[in-house]
Amino acid sequence: MSLGTYALRRTLLAVPVLVGVSAITFSFVHLVPGDAIDVLAGFQGVDPEARDALREEYGLDDPIWRQYLAWVTDVLALEFGESPITGRDVGATIAERLPRTLALGVAAWLLSLAIGIPAGIVAALNHGRPADELTRLGALAGIATPNFWLGLVLLFIFGVHLGWVRVTPPDAGLASLEMLWFMVLPTITLGTASAALITRLLRASMARELQKAYVRTARAKGLRERTVVLKHVLRNSLTAVVTVAGLQLAILVDGAVVVEQVFAWPGMGQLVVDAVDQRDVPLIQASVLVIAVAVVLANLLVDLVYAALDPRVRYR
Amino acid sequence: MALLEVENLTIQFYTDDGVVRAVDGVSYEIEAGETVGLVGESGAGKSVASRALLGLLEDGEVVAGEVRFDGRNLLELSSARLREIRGNEIAIAFQDADAALNPAYTVGEQIAEAIRAHETVTDTAARERSIALLERVGIPEPASRYTDYPHQFSSGMCQRAIIAIALACDPDLLIVDEPTRGLDVTVQAQLLELLEDLSADGEMAIQLVSHDLGVVADQCERVLVIYAGKIVERGPVEDLFYEPKHPYTAGLLASIPRIGDGRDRLASIPGRMPTRVQRPTGCQFHPRCPYAEAVCARRDPELVDTATGTPVDDGEPDREGPTTHAAACHEHTGDLEEGLDYEVRIVDSTDDDGCGESASDPGDDSAAVDNPSHEGELR
Repeated sequence: MSLGTYALRRTLLAVPVLVGVSAITFSFVHLVPGDAIDVLAGFQGVDPEARDALREEYGLDDPIWRQYLAWVTDVLALEFGESPITGRDVGATIAERLPRTLALGVAAWLLSLAIGIPAGIVAALNHGRPADELTRLGALAGIATPNFWLGLVLLFIFGVHLGWVRVTPPDAGLASLEMLWFMVLPTITLGTASAALITRLLRASMARELQKAYVRTARAKGLRERTVVLKHVLRNSLTAVVTVAGLQLAILVDGAVVVEQVFAWPGMGQLVVDAVDQRDVPLIQASVLVIAVAVVLANLLVDLVYAALDPRVRYR
Repeated sequence: MALLEVENLTIQFYTDDGVVRAVDGVSYEIEAGETVGLVGESGAGKSVASRALLGLLEDGEVVAGEVRFDGRNLLELSSARLREIRGNEIAIAFQDADAALNPAYTVGEQIAEAIRAHETVTDTAARERSIALLERVGIPEPASRYTDYPHQFSSGMCQRAIIAIALACDPDLLIVDEPTRGLDVTVQAQLLELLEDLSADGEMAIQLVSHDLGVVADQCERVLVIYAGKIVERGPVEDLFYEPKHPYTAGLLASIPRIGDGRDRLASIPGRMPTRVQRPTGCQFHPRCPYAEAVCARRDPELVDTATGTPVDDGEPDREGPTTHAAACHEHTGDLEEGLDYEVRIVDSTDDDGCGESASDPGDDSAAVDNPSHEGELR
């Protein structure tokens, strides 16, 4: 099976999962204790006329499958309705927050790969030697440091003490230079633990891979050691990293609540926490759906990268 | 000057239990175009010695010796110079071919990459040459198989592909490590045919490493028998087969199964080869040797010319060069009182298996070893 065919098949397989995810998300309204109208109205007292209006608006008298279809149709058009708490459009709220979370998350993710992969390679190639021990200590520190603490310390040193960066986000566009400069510290804060994890994972899988017979064949051909490591060993070692890095990409979408708090970053994490706090069910519903879709897509991505790295996956 | 001259090669491994001397002062040479067999049980040090030639030891260390190839001492070359020789002038086809290929790349790419490593060629030229190599090692429909991944190949085909990789740059010396291990008998036969074709060209020297004396007999002009890291017997293949001068070689011969030899059970050599830290004193084989005497436990026998009893490893030119039939057994220096007590019976292959094969190869005629003092076989 070619990679294209495999990708198509695997993508089609994601569709039923998405249907399931949407059905579960939809059912939240009915699963939350209390009348669906109370849930939708944010548990504020509503007079009978308003209740009837809501019942009419949401089609609550229709059979459940029609309600679901109507909801899915809306969702596909990115219509999530209004928040009963703030009165704002839920879709617009998410559209405002999601890019910020994604920007920070993807930056942190790229940083963790940019540090974790080279560090992992160096550690594996210097198995048991000082360079390996050094990355081990670094990784240990990276995993052991709570990110809120790291964020505060970084802010204290570079924001308060040295004054190199602002302590709160500037009032500027996401792509502006000011904003990118501000994002440096939260990116480091968010990416450190992942970088440490990836370093250790890659070191372990690469050390194992280096023992395999094909590495000797590659050396016996007279290939440069760099080619042996980067072309032959690394590719086979990456599968372990892909799994973890893929799932981390999914987790990034729901935002890092604590880090967002520390840097006053208006992302999804804060949004979801506030929504839960205020029992803003439509907002929670929409956020959960976005996160669930992100997880499905990340898994899809992991599988596709797997198949690209290891041809045996495609033929199974 | 021979193409390859190995002198006093000594390799050690450092384990938790102590130092293991895997190869202990091995010397041999291979002339251009010659096919030489290295035979011994698993763990005798033959694969380790082969890998050491190209500096491909992962954990062991060469502690003494010289490996001269075309006059250069390979053990002293810089890694860049050694890389130029690897896969180019000396190539190794490793055992366990399934594992020796990278699962992530196509078989064709793994051959073409060996060509590109040493020659400035276009990708298309490398591809075409790789397809030709696949054809040469007997892969059917080589052009379409080029893009197959190793998991789409059978074990026998993987072994062929491994040989194709080794042949990529027309090496002067091809080292083949256990080419038949783990393969079906019919596939083994096909591979041996391939090796025979390769050695028949006469251009390329082949060092054939195998635990199987039968495989070596078919292919090689000369044979080296290795036991516990030392060469215990060497000589032209006919001499070794018809007149084994070391009890270990005789034991190996006796353990080859033959159709119609009337034996109920296969002969085996009792005991195990000492591979670990604990080594016997004197001759390494004496604890397993049915003819061992007191002297064997005291003194390690030298490799001597079996006709004259003079040592062959002392740096003096051999009587007949590397074709001298030599063995490391006290028998040949006259130190054994009882002597070696086995008979070699030549079994004509036409009586033996009735397959009507040509009897020109010593491997087809077989030399059976009988030992009167041990119930008719060396056990």
